[in-house]
Amino acid sequence: MEDVSLPTIFINACLINNFVLSMFLGICPFLGVSGKRETAVRMGLAVIFVMMVSSICAYGINAVLDHPSVNAPYLKLICYIAVIASAVQLVEMFIKKTSPALFKALGIYLPLITTNCAILGLALFQTSKGYNFLQCLVYAVGGGAGFTLALVIMSGLREELELADVPDVVKGTALTLMLAGILSLAFMGFAGLGG
Amino acid sequence: MAETPQTPSDLSTFLRGLWRENPVFVMTLGMCPTLAVTNTVLNCLAMGLAATFVLICSSALVSLLRNFIPKQVRIATYIVIIATFVTVVDYAIQAISLELYASLGAFIQLIVVNCIILGRAEAFASRNGVWKSALDAAGMGLGFTFALFCLGVVRELLGSGSLMGIPVLGSRFEPWSILILPPGGFFVLGMWLLIFSVIRQRARARET
Repeated sequence: MEDVSLPTIFINACLINNFVLSMFLGICPFLGVSGKRETAVRMGLAVIFVMMVSSICAYGINAVLDHPSVNAPYLKLICYIAVIASAVQLVEMFIKKTSPALFKALGIYLPLITTNCAILGLALFQTSKGYNFLQCLVYAVGGGAGFTLALVIMSGLREELELADVPDVVKGTALTLMLAGILSLAFMGFAGLGG
Repeated sequence: MAETPQTPSDLSTFLRGLWRENPVFVMTLGMCPTLAVTNTVLNCLAMGLAATFVLICSSALVSLLRNFIPKQVRIATYIVIIATFVTVVDYAIQAISLELYASLGAFIQLIVVNCIILGRAEAFASRNGVWKSALDAAGMGLGFTFALFCLGVVRELLGSGSLMGIPVLGSRFEPWSILILPPGGFFVLGMWLLIFSVIRQRARARET
């Protein structure tokens, strides 16, 4: 069995199996929001927060649905997605109430998190790995941190790229994907860490 | 191309998703499964067909219910509908082939958050009749399958020297194993997008 100590889980989720660059989760915001470094950081922080909330919720759902008296594992997927959608909505309302400035800064990115497959992926993976509560939480923070890391590195690269002189044809998504490939190649170097 | 402002025929509704508005190559939607499961051709086909099934069923149901769904909760309703069909597919694949299920992993369940499906429900099925919506969904789904197939062929052929698990390039071929690893997905998709944008630019240049 793999090592399940908390630091290992964190490093595993953040670097070795980076959600974006080696598991291909959350590619849409990765390509869409990585234009500017500032928005990338904010998006990353929002994702970490939602990941923590939905990880806790998913843990609760598992506990209820796997309970012998309920025993309805086929409802898991529907429950996860419903809970994530409402968690995002709640977070949105909460932030709006307590800190209008932050709400304004996050803007459209907050509701978009619902369709970020990294969040649902996290709920599914933590279930299949059978983590306990604390491990789930660390896994969520690690995954979110990895997402933020990838997003920030990418936005830094793209800001530099704006100044470069590239042929017209490759501008846009094609170039971004090539860049992501090279970045993903670099992240493969972490594979030796811990395993 | 010059657009004629008439109601599109059934055939053009169907064909639009395959080529002119191909979800992956033109609209760059649904990138996550596109990159993640395309390391073998078999995976691509399974993923493409599963997504097509969910797309057709959910589009048809959304279109049937479009007059009953209140506007405020429509997104949530669509997601629940989609999640129901994804659960059906999930259990079906598990019953048909456990091996395939293991190699696709969580990506079957992640069809729920595939933006293509929600996008079609919101942009097309909620405004059109059942037959049109199903046709549109079938076109989009096949377009998605076609795109996955394009990636899968390149990655499997060069990455492991085989097609559908059958070795075709002979034993002297040295596989480019990078292509079946994660970075390969990004590179191959980048190449295809590049090729498509070159084709489009040529077509535009010829017109003027």
